[in-house]
Amino acid sequence: MSELEHHDYDVIIIGAGGAGLRAAIEAKTRGLKVALVCKSLLGKAHTVMAEGGVAAAMGNVYAEDNWKVHFRDTMRGGKMLNHWRMAQLHAQESPDRVQELEAWGALFDRTKDGKILQRDFGGHRFARLAHVGDRTGLELIRTLQQKAVSMDIDVFMECKVIRLTTGSDGAVNGAVAYWRPTGEFVTFGAKAVVLATGGVGKSWKYTSNSWESTGDGHAIALWAGAGLIDMECVQFHPTGMVWPLSVRGILVTEGVRGDGGVLRNSDGKRFMFEYVADMFRAETAESEEEADKWYDDHTAGRRPPELLPRDEVARSINSEVKAGRGSPHGGVFLDIASRRTAEDIRKRLPSMYHQFMELAGVDITREAMEVGPTCHYIMGGVQVEPDTAATAVPGLFAAGEVAGGMHGSNRLGGNSLSDLLVFGRRAGLGAADYVEGLSGGNTAMDATLVQEYIDEALEPFSRDEGENPYDLQYELQEMMQANVGIIRTQSELDYALEKLDEFKERAGRLAIKGGRVYNPGWNLATDLPSMLTVSTCVAQGARDRKESRGGQTREDFPKADPEFGKINFVQRQPAGGSFADEIKISPEPLPEMPEELMAIFEEANK
Amino acid sequence: MSDVHMRIWRGDATGGAFEEYTMPDVEGEVVLDVIHRIQATEAPDLACRWNCKAGKCGSCSAEINGKPRLMCMTRMSTLPEGETITVTPMRAFPIIKDLVTDVSFNYEQARKVPAFNPPPRPEGGYRMMQEDVERGQEFRKCIECFMCQDVCHVIRDHEENKASYAGPRFFIRYAELEMHPLDTNDRRELVQEEMGLGKCNITKCCTEVCPEHIKITDNAIIPLKERVVDANYDPVAWLGRKIRRRTKRTPAEAAVQPE
Repeated sequence: MSELEHHDYDVIIIGAGGAGLRAAIEAKTRGLKVALVCKSLLGKAHTVMAEGGVAAAMGNVYAEDNWKVHFRDTMRGGKMLNHWRMAQLHAQESPDRVQELEAWGALFDRTKDGKILQRDFGGHRFARLAHVGDRTGLELIRTLQQKAVSMDIDVFMECKVIRLTTGSDGAVNGAVAYWRPTGEFVTFGAKAVVLATGGVGKSWKYTSNSWESTGDGHAIALWAGAGLIDMECVQFHPTGMVWPLSVRGILVTEGVRGDGGVLRNSDGKRFMFEYVADMFRAETAESEEEADKWYDDHTAGRRPPELLPRDEVARSINSEVKAGRGSPHGGVFLDIASRRTAEDIRKRLPSMYHQFMELAGVDITREAMEVGPTCHYIMGGVQVEPDTAATAVPGLFAAGEVAGGMHGSNRLGGNSLSDLLVFGRRAGLGAADYVEGLSGGNTAMDATLVQEYIDEALEPFSRDEGENPYDLQYELQEMMQANVGIIRTQSELDYALEKLDEFKERAGRLAIKGGRVYNPGWNLATDLPSMLTVSTCVAQGARDRKESRGGQTREDFPKADPEFGKINFVQRQPAGGSFADEIKISPEPLPEMPEELMAIFEEANK
Repeated sequence: MSDVHMRIWRGDATGGAFEEYTMPDVEGEVVLDVIHRIQATEAPDLACRWNCKAGKCGSCSAEINGKPRLMCMTRMSTLPEGETITVTPMRAFPIIKDLVTDVSFNYEQARKVPAFNPPPRPEGGYRMMQEDVERGQEFRKCIECFMCQDVCHVIRDHEENKASYAGPRFFIRYAELEMHPLDTNDRRELVQEEMGLGKCNITKCCTEVCPEHIKITDNAIIPLKERVVDANYDPVAWLGRKIRRRTKRTPAEAAVQPE
């Protein structure tokens, strides 16, 4: 056997979406030796699919906006389960992070006086989302990618990390990966590792997520001894495409509603007026007339109910469909055609126009879209120190969707792109500070352990007959969709956990056809352990949180329970764990918010 | 239910051949859906790239019936009914396996682009007008599917030209920077002398295949050629550049912001 390829770095960053790129830029600025390792080609990460914008209280459109209002909106959107310190840092720092992108070449849409234009989105009191039409994620990733390339940061593309390694001191010291184009293994020795691997949506049948969203970072962090929090909090975006079936789940931006689009049922009724929760009643319009005034002047009327936070809208759509008032293909109607001119629609929502025209043969300037909830984002994730993004494992950091706490039980639209800029930077800083503070180098990776991980990944090649990874993935997606979906209940969650045990056992018997060179069947086989691990975490959390809050809706516990509002569920394994091992779950008290921040809510409630 | 017939190139750098697959026809599917069904059933090791499946990431470029297309945005119903659909990898790049090609040429070109260089950020942020950012925004719609590179005659059948030719994707990048209201670097000599702008004979093949409908030739390449000509034949500008290596604007000039 040829010698294993090995590289040594100060910091490796796993994942090259927005958070990973931003972390790499920060660590590189500090003069450290930095590498980005990513599963796909550079610039293809899931960030590219973000459409509507990046939330930052710059006050360019409504001067009344400031970080306190953004902080309050974020906490309320998350039903107060958020880590207050993350929400505070995020609201305070996102304007700087957006402006910094302009210094790196980003071209946002402008106000009449040449500032960055901001648009309305659900749950945000003021127009707050800096954007470029409906392709803001592309602008963000390209800007960060071009900045990273200009700084000569090493990038290992199409290279999948399967495990982290830790030393005898418990600190992370490297990662084991393989090159997808060759199937050869490679190890990275690193003093610090930043996880920026994104989400978990690929475990559900209808999702807006790409194949990459298999929860790799969540899983390898858990296996290395880090804690995961709030994993039951999964966001189902209210508006995904529902037809044709092959494109079901593809995202329809919230920008459609921010720019005037409304939701109607099969009777043509704007049903969202019927679903306004008490928490939002005071600031939501009571009639169509009042709501329609708001678009042009936010002081002339209150917000339209279509712009409630995503969890509220998704549940309402679900209820309408269940009540038999859905669209022909099992969604509801999203209508912008009757409300804005064709020219306006094509200018403000160009990708949506093309997406519907090319994939569904629907002209959104003339007809309503059919939409329904789609698995979109996980609020839960790796537990981190807010200021440094450090996890419980020394030397391991996490930022972006893979990290938990920032969004509580439900994320507001636009807060994801700002999250990955703010905490991507902080993770880069945190990792750099940690590396500079180390006395001596890191410990060498344990060669026996590395070989064990490699053998484990290659094992499916040793079987002529066994489980087909595609079949197992398909069954997992069907099962999670049916039992751990938008509305959950005890018996289904118990069943899901039983099925997951069965899937894990079958995952130990996978068989692969073909060689190691760019073999998608094998690549999937190496994704399944992460998918099974995060699916178990979500199902466990959903079983134990016996209440409804944000992205966790229990049919058998339909109300929020103040006692559950005081705790996070934390999941752990001993270091060196794997997908086959037991996951412990325990409640921990939520960090207590300081009084000066509490006052922001009391003031608003007066 | 009728069937769809696919003829897919299978192989690697050492060679390969077409394999035929027959799948049941499913309403509304795109080519990538059929490829995925073939992977899940008959050919689990069939290699193709994809990510977003929504035309936003530019990963699943291939040649469908000889024409570069995104597999995720090509509906089966738009292809000739009843005929076998031929899917081959992009021809301008070396094969890794099946439909996956080695596109590292493009990433090497990206590294050669002199970085964006704005004046220091003024208090309260940069001011730019919508009409001034729109030109650049058109080029920043690029999803880097590299189909324009694939179809460009200069490199499609002339491997030897790659050493001295950046290709349409990077001409729009140079044009974007050239037209950026804040940028101060001058890349005109570079794009002409080293990036091979002059080799483009504006046949517009790149524009035709662009899934983002960017007018690559009309809005980027031709204006860029004109600016290069200005730089070369304006004796004053030429002298200035040769003697002082003048940039198109000094940072101080560019920093003057509208009120």
